[in-house]
Amino acid sequence: MTNSIPEFSQYTRCFLITGSNTTEAHPLIASHVMEAKERGAKIIVIDPREVQIGRLADIYLRPRPGTDVAWLNGLMNVIITEELADQEFIEKRTEGFEEMWEVVKEYTPERVEEIAGIPADDLRVAARLYAQNKPAAILYAMGITQHTTGTDNVKSIANLAMLTGNIGIPGAGVNPLRGQNNVQGACDMGGLPNVYPGYQPVTSPEAKAKFESAWGVEGLPEQPGLTVVEMVNAAGEGQLRALYIMGENPMVTDPDIHHVKECLEKLEFLVVQDIFPTETAQLAHVILPSASFAEKDGTFTSTDRRIQRVRKAVNPPGEAKADWEIICELAKKLGAKGFEFSSPEEIMAEIAKVTPSYGGVTYERLDKEGSLQWPVPSVEHPGTPYLHKEKFTRGLGRFHAIHFREAAELPDEEYPFILTTGRTMFQYHAGSMSRRSPKLEQEAPEPYVEINPSDAEKIGLNGAKKVKVSSRRGSIEVAVRLTDRIKPGVVFIPFHYAEAAANALTHAALDPIARIPEYKICAVKVEPVRGS
Amino acid sequence: MEYKNVLTVCPYCGAGCGLYIQVLDGEIVGVLPAKEHPVSRGKLCIKGWNATAFVNHPDRLKKPLIREGGSFREASWDEALSLIAEKLLQIRDTYGPQAIGFFSSAKCTNEENYLLQKLARSFFKTNNVDHCARL
Repeated sequence: MTNSIPEFSQYTRCFLITGSNTTEAHPLIASHVMEAKERGAKIIVIDPREVQIGRLADIYLRPRPGTDVAWLNGLMNVIITEELADQEFIEKRTEGFEEMWEVVKEYTPERVEEIAGIPADDLRVAARLYAQNKPAAILYAMGITQHTTGTDNVKSIANLAMLTGNIGIPGAGVNPLRGQNNVQGACDMGGLPNVYPGYQPVTSPEAKAKFESAWGVEGLPEQPGLTVVEMVNAAGEGQLRALYIMGENPMVTDPDIHHVKECLEKLEFLVVQDIFPTETAQLAHVILPSASFAEKDGTFTSTDRRIQRVRKAVNPPGEAKADWEIICELAKKLGAKGFEFSSPEEIMAEIAKVTPSYGGVTYERLDKEGSLQWPVPSVEHPGTPYLHKEKFTRGLGRFHAIHFREAAELPDEEYPFILTTGRTMFQYHAGSMSRRSPKLEQEAPEPYVEINPSDAEKIGLNGAKKVKVSSRRGSIEVAVRLTDRIKPGVVFIPFHYAEAAANALTHAALDPIARIPEYKICAVKVEPVRGS
Repeated sequence: MEYKNVLTVCPYCGAGCGLYIQVLDGEIVGVLPAKEHPVSRGKLCIKGWNATAFVNHPDRLKKPLIREGGSFREASWDEALSLIAEKLLQIRDTYGPQAIGFFSSAKCTNEENYLLQKLARSFFKTNNVDHCARL
């Protein structure tokens, strides 16, 4: 996030929420939005599925899935045409406006209505609300990113924020709401194939030299590595022979899981380090028992770049150990140098040395100050609640000229519905934690598919309780929920449930830059299960 | 009887809500919201209130396990780690560093993610390290 969650309740005058089921997936972030609404802030919700926060919206628009670039260009078209753009910000802080306008001028509200199905006048109302109520914050989640056009979608969102000067001030900004408690931190720490900690590129000779010196090694690899989905494919092709998985469960969370299983079974050696015997652990050669969050010390970094202490409350069960201890002990067996740590605090001291944005982070400060938001380059620095205050990291903010592209797999005669996947309030990701929490499991014990009542008639549901949903990659049987929350022609399945895994249906078409799979759109057919 | 409240962070979504784990004689007895936390401000969602419910589940892994034929047998840490070290070195030496991959985790701490990518890069000389950020 460019900005901070507490700024929403304090400063924000307009929210544009898209591809985020905020009240269910991030309830306490939604509490700040609700508080802002009570003092008069406007809410625009743009989502193919009528998420709960849509009911609180001043205007709720329902595009066809996968048309985000089109309607974002449409909003900008209205803002520029009606002279609502922030000219001063554009002149002083940005470049590339003319090139962007060359593309955006084609996306009149009428053309956007043809592509996305949003009534032209509704799009105009939303554009005016966003542009005329500053500071305005854009909140989005994986409804924006999990597309083959995910990078284009995010760049278009950045365009919109810059066009209206909603960057570098409190309560505004571009705010991805991240799904996992430490997904931000895992990225910050270089748990990515192309960057060292602090997003220093592995292809940069300076970064390579810096880490060779800091780690006391030579010959760090210069080629970016493979992403999760690419590693799984490489295993299937015999190029990857060993995989070490710490606390992840690709057998539920990855696209096209029949394919994932085939690939993982080809590995010569698979290690899974986890707190539970997950679906993925069943395929392992060695399983290592690790400590849960309640049984170890460390830090997590939440979605607004907030670094906080995790503190050990109790001992791990049996012989389970914290993941950091396991890695240090394995390093010793391997004869690897530089892993002689006796506490997470010592590891953080090394992180601070090599990661400029974490340079001023110490456990002492975190204990005293509660949390620190990066960049926090030195021990004197107070941390950074919002980014890009006077200038962007690259100097001027660059507008991108982006045309709308269709999703990779569109519905056709054989597979006439769009499947979109997502989360529910009570379950969580692969379910290995929430499904073992009695009260959460009791609230949402079984998988289901949301279908519009008009489609139920079309497929001849006739009171059947279950349907078979099939794609080109697999099929599952699930209970039906008839609801207007989903558009005709679209069905929704939460992906938490291994027994009817939505990811048996999804496909691994990737965004060319971010390499994110298109979980939000694939083509399926839906047939009633007779006698159910 | 020894009772303490341990301030920590919710293990679920990316909001980073603050909570206290209530501990009585070394056992978790409950969860309390942290009133002073700037994001959660003394509130929690249903997942937060149930943040520790899975911690003592009987399914928890308690010993290293090694596959033997179609099933797993318990092993000591020493045996399990020695086997992993031996296999990883053998695969690296036979097929090269790009034949090994690592998944770090959005559920693990910064310190743990740092260490795993350091092991992949500095020792195995591969950038094949990623996690579920995109999933």
